[in-house]
Parts: sequence; C-alpha cells; structure tokens
Amino acid sequence: MSKKITISPEAFEYMEKVTGTDGVEVRVNLPKKIIEQINEICDSFDNDPGELINVLHEAQNQFGYLSAEVQDVVAHNLHIPVAQVYGVVTFYSYFSMIPKGEYPISICMGTACYVRGAERVLEEFTKELGIKVGETTPDGRFSINCLRCVGACGLAPVVLVGEKVYGRVSPDGVKQIIDEYKKADGGSC
Amino acid sequence: MIELTIDKKKVRVEKGTTILKAARQAGIEIPTLCHYELCDMGIENKPGGCRICVVEVEGRRNLAPSCITEAQDGMVIHTHSIRVLNARTTVLKLIISDHPFDCLVCPKSGHCELQDLAVQFGIRSQPYVGEQSKYRNDTSPSIIRDVDKCIMCRRCEMMCNEVQTVGALSAVNRGFMSVVAPAFEMNLEDSPCTYCGQCVSVCPTGALTEKDHTNEIIRALSDPSKTVIVQTAPAVRAALGEEFGMPAGTLVTGKMVSALRELGFDYVFDTDFSADLTIMEEGTELLQRVSGFLKGDTNVRLPILTSCCPGWVNFFEHNYPDLLDVPSTAKSPQQMFGAIAKTYFAEKIGVKRKDMIVVSVMPCLGKKYECQRDEFKVDGNPDVDYSISTRELAAFIKQANIDFLNLPDGDFDDPLGESTGAAVIFGNTGGVIEAACRTAYELYTGKKLEKVDFHELRGMEGIRSATVDFNGVELNIGIAHGLGNARKLLDEVKEGKSKFHAIEVMACPGGCIGGGGQPFNHGDSEILEKRAAALYMADHEMPIRKSHENPSIIKLYEEFLGEPGSELAHKLLHTEYFPKSNEVTIHLQG
Repeated sequence: MSKKITISPEAFEYMEKVTGTDGVEVRVNLPKKIIEQINEICDSFDNDPGELINVLHEAQNQFGYLSAEVQDVVAHNLHIPVAQVYGVVTFYSYFSMIPKGEYPISICMGTACYVRGAERVLEEFTKELGIKVGETTPDGRFSINCLRCVGACGLAPVVLVGEKVYGRVSPDGVKQIIDEYKKADGGSC
Repeated sequence: MIELTIDKKKVRVEKGTTILKAARQAGIEIPTLCHYELCDMGIENKPGGCRICVVEVEGRRNLAPSCITEAQDGMVIHTHSIRVLNARTTVLKLIISDHPFDCLVCPKSGHCELQDLAVQFGIRSQPYVGEQSKYRNDTSPSIIRDVDKCIMCRRCEMMCNEVQTVGALSAVNRGFMSVVAPAFEMNLEDSPCTYCGQCVSVCPTGALTEKDHTNEIIRALSDPSKTVIVQTAPAVRAALGEEFGMPAGTLVTGKMVSALRELGFDYVFDTDFSADLTIMEEGTELLQRVSGFLKGDTNVRLPILTSCCPGWVNFFEHNYPDLLDVPSTAKSPQQMFGAIAKTYFAEKIGVKRKDMIVVSVMPCLGKKYECQRDEFKVDGNPDVDYSISTRELAAFIKQANIDFLNLPDGDFDDPLGESTGAAVIFGNTGGVIEAACRTAYELYTGKKLEKVDFHELRGMEGIRSATVDFNGVELNIGIAHGLGNARKLLDEVKEGKSKFHAIEVMACPGGCIGGGGQPFNHGDSEILEKRAAALYMADHEMPIRKSHENPSIIKLYEEFLGEPGSELAHKLLHTEYFPKSNEVTIHLQG
C-alpha cells in the first residue's frame, strides 16, 4: 500500500497550529527522501500495525526524533489513526518529538549516580542552558536527557556528551563542560 | 457451563463469562464506572482501568476487577465485603481527587456517573488533596472537551476507534499527564472528528459535552422583532419523555409540540415535513440513476448513498474524498426545512429573511456543525440558525418550569408541520431507505404499493441487505448504522465490488434514535429497541404513509418548486460535498 507518496504543501496548513504538551512547535517540512526512508522502515515490518513500536524505534534511530509528519506517514502506512501513533509516542519516554541537540547531554540517574548527587548536576545543566529535561536549546546545539546506569558506577555521577564520558561531575564543573563545546564551535552564546 | 458462588448464591454460567456478567445474571449488581456495554451491537468497553468493580475472590491475594476477570469453576466471590467496600471507596476518592469540584455548574450535573457513584458511596469528604490536572478547553461547533473532568475510562476512545473507526481520539501522554486527545493534541475541529457525538453519549462525566445553544434561542425568543420557528426531528419524540421519567419508547409528540409553544416559538413545525421532501428529491435521484443504469448508461454512479446524516457526510468527506459523487446530492431534512422556511414560508407570512430565526431540535450533535456550514448560508445568514439536542430541549423545558407530564397534546402548525408515516421512520436505521422505496416503487411502476411495510429493511444488525422487487426489477439495498459498518460498505464501493443499488448509512448505532444528542442510554440496548418500535408504531398510525402523498408537499411543488429535481429544487434542496483530507500530509499515488 505504501508505494509512492507525495506530500501536498498546502496540506501542511493545520500543522503549523500544532503544539505538543510542552508548547513546542512541531516542524512541518518533510523531504521526499525522508518519506521514502519511512516507507522502507514500514515495509521492513510488513506494514503491520502490531509492529508500531518497532517501526517507531527504527524511525527514531534513523531520524533522531519523531516529528508529526513522520508519525503521519507511519500511521498512513500501518493503516491506524495518527492519534493512536501519537498516543504511543507520548506514552513511552524513550520516544521524542523534539530533535536532539548537536551535543546531546545525558545525565545518568542510575542509583549510584543519583546518591552521589546526579540530581544537583542535572539541575545545574538545566539552569545553565535554560531548558528542561527532554528539551533542546533554541539554537539547536544542546539537549538534555536522563538515562539509567551506563555501567560506570565507579565514576558516579556520570555525564555523557555525545559519546564522551565525564566522571565524578560536580555541579561546579558543569559550566566548564558546556564551555568546552561552546568553544569547540568558536563562538559564544 | 461452570458453577461458582457469588454472595452465597450458586451461579451457573458459560465458561469465559466475566465475574461481572455472572453476577448480573444472578441479579447481583456490582457498581462500575469505566465499563460500558451495548451488548446487542457488540460494543463493549472494559479496559479494567477504574477498579470500581473490584470483588473479593476467596483464595486470591488481591481484589479482582470483576469486569475483566473470568469466572472460574468453584470460585467463591464476595461482592460487598468490608474489604471490597473500603477499596471501592478509596478508589473513588482517588479518582475524585483529580476532578474539579464545580458540580453545581457542570453541564453534566444530574447525569454524571461519577457524581452518582459519589452519592451511592456516601462520599462526604475528600482526604486526598494535591495537584490537579489542568488542560485547555477545546470547543468545536458541536462538542466541547473539558479534559480536566476526564477520568480516563476510555469509553470515548473505544467508540471513536472501534465502533466508528473515525480515529480522532486516543489516550496520549502518561501517568498524571494522560489525556484523551486528537493527534498532536490538536483541537477537535482540526481532527478527523465527524461530530457524530457517540463519544459524548458514552462519556460518564462532563469531559465531553455538547455545545449548548439554549441561551441564543432564549435571546431570539425574547426579541419581538424576530419570528422564531422550530422544527423537530423524528427521533426526538420517541426519546424526549425519558428525560421526564417516562418509560423508553413513549411517544410524546403532542406534549413536545405544546411545550415548544409554551416556550414561545411562533410556529412549531416538523422536520418530518422536510423528511418527506427529502424523499421526493432523493427518491427522484435514485430513480434517475437506477433507470439510467438499467438503460445501460455507464456514466451513472451506483450505488446511491443517502445523505441525511451529517456525521456520515463528514465521514465520507474525510475518508473517501474520491467518492464524493456517489452520495445523493439531496440536503438533509434539517437543511431542506431551513431552506424552505426562509424562502417559501417567509414569503407566505411576509417576514424578511433576517427577521426569521429557524431552530431545530435534533437527536444529533452533528447537526450543530451542519447548520453552520458555509454552503447552507445566504449572505452569511444560515438557513437553520441554531440546533439543540433532545437533551438540551428537555433541560430548556425544565428551566421554563413547564409541567411536561401534564401538558395537553398539541398539533404541529401548517404548512410545514404536515407529514407522513414515511417521514417519522427516518429516525430508525433503515427508515430512510424504506421511505424512499415506498415512493420510488409507486413512481417507477405507476402501481399502488400494497405492502407498505418493508420488514426486510428493519432490524438492529449493523449491516443489513435486502432485495426489493420493483415489479420485476430487483433493487439491492444495503443498510449500515455505525460508521465502522459504513466503512465496510464504502470500502466495497471503492473497490468496485459493491452489489448494491442504494445504501442507507446512519452514523449512530440504531440510527438517529441512538444519536449523540439523545437521552443517555447507559448501555441499555433495550432502550434503543423501544424507541425504534415507537417510531414504527407512529408510522403505522399515520393516515398517510407515503411521502409523495403528503398534501403540503404536493402543494409546495405546485406553488413553488415545480417538480422534484427542478432548477429551483436544485438550488434550494441540493448540495455538494468537499474533500477533507484526513491523512493530512499524504496522498497516495498508484
């Protein structure tokens, strides 16, 4: 069923009104290449509605997040209401409708990190960047996420920026980590 | 069969029966909240989410939710032990802890199942104080969503997805943030919602209610410069009495007319009149298409679909934008009435269009949206100004302190109040097509129809089919009620596999008698059957039972419209449909 799909630009009109629970505007453009990519994912699961979660997993792996349009195309291919897809996306905290930042910051909230002050480290990151968990800075450079145990409990509390691991992070050291990446871009915020 | 003991009573039930059903079979009532069932129609909601129906099962550690726990052989169950009662009360208090305390001004007050339970359980305090969910209010032309009052029973979701296959509503987010909402939490108006109102008819609380237009009507009635006329749909008379404590299936046509007159309407007319008119137009179109088809005209689109139901019209505009030439172009009876009232009748009584207010009383919430559609307006002035539901009319009558039960029977005014038995059955599933057959038969064959009752077209099965013999020509008729059933027939049409010449579709289970604006049936399908029987009885007792024999209709054509399908009839009584792409961003090719 999901062979050639074209997007009509005027059909995007209502999308612009759409905001998520956090009041985040959802992006409205979806190039043809992406649609073909989604079709491939759906095809690989035989467009089976029972595979919705797997399809979304794979889509998020490929795109980093699940935009409204991606959900729309998935719903269409799997022949289920898009409301249902959105229901699943918003139910599982793993799925995100917000694109991750260029430098995704993940703070470990596993038991060891937690008891050694991860919460205060997280608080410092949110204060420093002015965004909440699950959000991305308006310039698209940083995003904050929490995760459970990365297996480096000896280094607790642990913070990941991209794939780089920072151990024994204290709230005082947060600014230094952020500055490292701001400098890497050679600009200032 | 298995045997179990419920409250010391031995009960024998089929294997696979839930404890709740087993108890009900034994005459033991267990309170429920999220559970909803219209069993004859295969509609059941049992997410097991609210836990109000818990019972104690001997030998089991925790309490069992009876609506989803299967009865087992030899089970010993207690439905009202102290442990059970305490648990239920705690559960109810926890639900109430995240519910607004504005019962006094809530539109659902008096009809709220949560309120009823609080009364039944004797809740006198609220010990769990804390944060409450806050969500924006969403008002569409027909339905208001006040999500703060949602208890996540998910009945609406079941109706919208499983029964109607509309897919506008789904549970989204998680935990405390959970709400039932359209995709991306857009407003209902922007979603594929058809305004069928079935979500409203099953919502236990004030989370989903109709958009009330009573105040606008009161304003119009108190304005001496306005001539306010009212039309009442067939299904209203078979259900209105329930709101005043009368048994289901009591016909209250006469009392309803008197009540409307007491409320101050200048003319009390009948949508049945325009239902007869619909048959003239739609029946003519049916005959034209079928005769064309029989003569071998390949351009004819068959089957012809009825177009009286606004939920159904919205549904095919959303889901079948490529089939918009299949439905009949005839407007719905509500809109035909408005168009005739504001032209023919306004001229007759010498009232200007702008000074005439047309009100409709409908079993339906979709009609509120329908009367606001742009194509039903002349220079911004709508043919039908306001549409209120059966429930709103009942509330209005109570507000006006009218002693409904003791009202004398009144008669509709002339000329837009005269109708036939064919019109009154419009309220039942299968009624429109039966009425059309009565007229089409006589017009096509030129013979008198001996057997007026088409029993083969009646019943409550979701999809029905029958063959009607038109003097040697066999017409295949399909009937669907409930949009999920309609979808099945429409998919056949889309694939070119439909064997039908004509299909009647009503969005609501049971037809208009089960409409989203009718008194709440609380899952009692017997109520729907009694309402249907009442309308067939009304038809039976009518002196005239075929639309084309209605003297006021004959006169209307003679004096004003000419003949069915004439240019003026087309201008006033026919409409067009517009694609509403549901799958917003996507168009399939190839």
